[in-house]
Amino acid sequence: MLLKRLTEASGVSGNEKEVRDIIIDEIRDHVDDVKVDRLGNVIAFKKGKNNHKKLMVTAHMDEVGLMVTDIDNMGLLKFTTVGGIDKRILVSKQVLVGKNKIFGVIGAKPIHLQKREEWQKALNIDQLYIDIGVNTKEEAEKLVSIGDYVLFHGQYIEFGENLVKAKALDNRVGCSLLVELLKEIEDTSFYGVFTVMEEIGLVGAGPAAYSVDPDISIILEGTLCYDIPKLDKHLIPTYLNMGPAISLVDRTTLYNMDFRNKIVKIARKNNLPYQYRKTSMGGNDSGKILTTKEGSITATLSVPCRNIHSPTSVMSKNDYNNTYKLLKAILTEYKKGEL
Amino acid sequence: MDTKEFLKLLSNGSSVSGHESRLNDEIISTFKTYADNIWIDKLGNIIILKRGTNDQSNFKIMVAAHMDEIGLMVKYIEDNGFLRFTNIGGIDPRTILGQEVIVHGNKDLFGVIGSKPPHLQEPSEINKAIKIEDMIIDIGYPKKEVEKHVSIGDPITIKRNFTSLQGNKVMGKSLDDKAGIAAMYECIKELSKINHEADIYFVSTVQEEVGMRGAFTSTYKINPDIGIAIDVGFGSTPELPKGDTIDMGKGPGITIGGNIHPGLRGKIVAVAKDYNIPFQFEVTPGPTGTDGRAMQITREGIPTLCLSIPLRYMHTSVEVIDMMDLKNTAKLLAFFMASISSENLEGLLCY
Amino acid sequence: MKFNSQLLDELVSLYGPSGNEKNIREYIKNEIKDHVDEISIDDLGNLIARKKGNGKKIMIAAHMDQIGLMVTDIDDKGFLRFTNIGGISPFITLSQQVIFGNGTMGVVSSEPIDDISKLKLSNMFIDIGANNKEEAEKLVNIGDICVYRSEYGENDNVVFTRCLDDRVGCFVAIEALRRVDNPINDLYFVFTVQEEVGLRGAKTSAYKIGPDIGIAVDVTGSGDTPKAKTFAVGLNKGTAIKVKDNSILTHPKLRQIMIDIAKENNIPYQLEVLEYGGTDSGVIHLTKEGVPSGVISIPTRYVHSTIEMASKNDIMNSIKLLIKLLEQDIKL
Repeated sequence: MLLKRLTEASGVSGNEKEVRDIIIDEIRDHVDDVKVDRLGNVIAFKKGKNNHKKLMVTAHMDEVGLMVTDIDNMGLLKFTTVGGIDKRILVSKQVLVGKNKIFGVIGAKPIHLQKREEWQKALNIDQLYIDIGVNTKEEAEKLVSIGDYVLFHGQYIEFGENLVKAKALDNRVGCSLLVELLKEIEDTSFYGVFTVMEEIGLVGAGPAAYSVDPDISIILEGTLCYDIPKLDKHLIPTYLNMGPAISLVDRTTLYNMDFRNKIVKIARKNNLPYQYRKTSMGGNDSGKILTTKEGSITATLSVPCRNIHSPTSVMSKNDYNNTYKLLKAILTEYKKGEL
Repeated sequence: MDTKEFLKLLSNGSSVSGHESRLNDEIISTFKTYADNIWIDKLGNIIILKRGTNDQSNFKIMVAAHMDEIGLMVKYIEDNGFLRFTNIGGIDPRTILGQEVIVHGNKDLFGVIGSKPPHLQEPSEINKAIKIEDMIIDIGYPKKEVEKHVSIGDPITIKRNFTSLQGNKVMGKSLDDKAGIAAMYECIKELSKINHEADIYFVSTVQEEVGMRGAFTSTYKINPDIGIAIDVGFGSTPELPKGDTIDMGKGPGITIGGNIHPGLRGKIVAVAKDYNIPFQFEVTPGPTGTDGRAMQITREGIPTLCLSIPLRYMHTSVEVIDMMDLKNTAKLLAFFMASISSENLEGLLCY
Repeated sequence: MKFNSQLLDELVSLYGPSGNEKNIREYIKNEIKDHVDEISIDDLGNLIARKKGNGKKIMIAAHMDQIGLMVTDIDDKGFLRFTNIGGISPFITLSQQVIFGNGTMGVVSSEPIDDISKLKLSNMFIDIGANNKEEAEKLVNIGDICVYRSEYGENDNVVFTRCLDDRVGCFVAIEALRRVDNPINDLYFVFTVQEEVGLRGAKTSAYKIGPDIGIAVDVTGSGDTPKAKTFAVGLNKGTAIKVKDNSILTHPKLRQIMIDIAKENNIPYQLEVLEYGGTDSGVIHLTKEGVPSGVISIPTRYVHSTIEMASKNDIMNSIKLLIKLLEQDIKL
């Protein structure tokens, strides 16, 4: 299954090769052109009926993770974060280090040896380390180098009512949607772009947009979901199982109202559920695409993901399917020249 | 010119971001001997071109080091002639208290940074850092006289004389990133002795300290196949975590992380090993705070490398580097660039 | 040249939060179309008006958009929750009247709060007087943006009104545009969108135009109110020529030319070293291979509040400086 393969692949920002290879392998026979640019973005083109406006659909390939900064005398690895990670989720997790995916754990001081007040405090990154089971620095250096990427170890598991738990749902869910779209849609011209390094500052999207120079862009994302009871309704960014989230505004983009309204109309026309992303926090590749060259109109469609940026992200397959249906319906309208 | 002499000239000179042109003459006249062409672009970047040997398929490498330095700027003139000032670039206010300064008005004026005497401070104040807005610069003239020479917006630098320490270490202000400019000079000297296919654009960039502004526009214009930023890295001292620093005297830091093209990094490491040039790794997973960040995301994306010269006490007026690190950085850069040919380029850049 | 109160009144009264600049754009287009050679609107909504000349290509940017509040939720009782579009202070927003594009009015209030210093936008709401959600939804949709509502006022010295930021810049640009005859420079007056959310319209329009020189016209703060932070700009002390803000260090030669023009023509001016903020020139000067850029600022008190204040003399002097600058053969 594609989403399983994608989420279990390694693709910490700047090291997207595994994900890129899966994607190229999947789409190669279904697109008219596919290339990897100088930063590692995958730019695919699907040729179909000509349309006067150039459409680009994007999803970022990278995920948050860690990187080794130092190896100490006991062979323990010090690390730093890659992308926005809540340091509090790190302790007591399993990780895979480097190209050879050496298994390791992030340990913690036993609770017995802690003072009462220590419990209250979040652990800082400099108090944490990765243990891969070696005894000395020399042993460690045979397996691991400074600068190695570290990813969370997390299996794809289906559970509950139509739910999926995996790491890196942000944004393999977008990659999976876009791969399916490139495979299925016929005779509609559009670009499918898989970007690198979104999580460390929207690095890939600008150059990709410079090269494609789109008029209209749709950004596919996994977005934050925090639908816990007793929270004020207006403070809940998105709900699970309520359909694709359409962005209003975030740190990087004030989404074009006309385009947004068209998407809402398409959803209604096709009886598809949708919701608005009710927070202005966060941002995504849209910010760069919007203002590259002479600019592009953008919209972001997201699959809500609970526990985003953690190894235990959760999404609903219903949301995934409805996002895909909405995306397809948008492409149909685009083909008719009505975007 | 001797590279250390050149560095001294640069360090003692003044080039606060946005006001870099005071160093133009020194830089141009020094590089002239080895360059095929030198020009200044619209924002003030100095571009020094050294042509390669292959006339047919010349590809371009851009090397950037920034010529601007952090500094201060006059923002207000008090009725008694004291100057109020703001910072240009990241400055720890604690490091400028009690310094001697030069105010670059229509002539250079000596001044001192003053604050409230300790006797008059509340006990609660003594443990608090003094804010820049509470400091003043005294240039010793009444307002009327001050206004003849100083305008709002004039840049100010700390007065500091570049000095040798023990061994190969030197001290001065704004070695960040004048050490990088000096390394480019050392590199162009090296290159004059060896063959290189690439056309090499050495760029002394402006306004790095306020957001890599010169690097964005110069990279756009040159549109190189490879971009290399030469900047400084945090030299290790006891209070800094080891993983965040590089050691003095152990060669250039080669940055690892998303900002860096993995193929080029592999190549430069191989070159360092081949030529026995010491090097170390510097880990920066996200965007580096250097011109390399600007280069990477220009146009359709430029494969980028970053080299760091270890430097202690960054953004103070007593920055320290080891001249051997500077020379090894230059050497590594020269041999690396000479190793790139039109034949191996595509393979190195391929994912 | 007389102070054109009517024009400024109309400019500040038009609805135009970031991303929704249609009304203000149409109005400006109408005001200037007889004075320019070409006029167009780009994909993001920037209004680009060209006055042809043979000399340097100069881009003059003034932003049309204003800050506002975007509706993110409508509750069962018809109360609206919102987020900020641009720099909105909760303290200034509390108890203000707001108005939507379709004329729907509302008042901003907050949940009961013990410590007013902890006031946050997420604890506040807009009451449009609807009885329930259904009624509210007939008037307002999620994603709609409202702006502060207030009356235009003036006396002999100053104007007081909402969104001088940056309708006064548009005002200065329009007045200058109407008065520059047979320009020796090739002038592109750009009324930009989305400045308040990150200088976005100026970035794409500058890319399209590729100017030789960029000039933004925008408001700046003032340091002349009681116990204000040290800042050498005040009202009625002249137009402000910017040295720096967080987005730009203006081109030293261009700045000097502006100073020289002011001196030669007896236009009072002040030099502006702003320790925060940014304006359209910040992105214009980094376009493509670089564009030497400067800023003409109008000293303004209470920026981003419901009533901002500027001096009529300063505004007139800004117009004069801009005209003289555009009429000059600029050699950098």
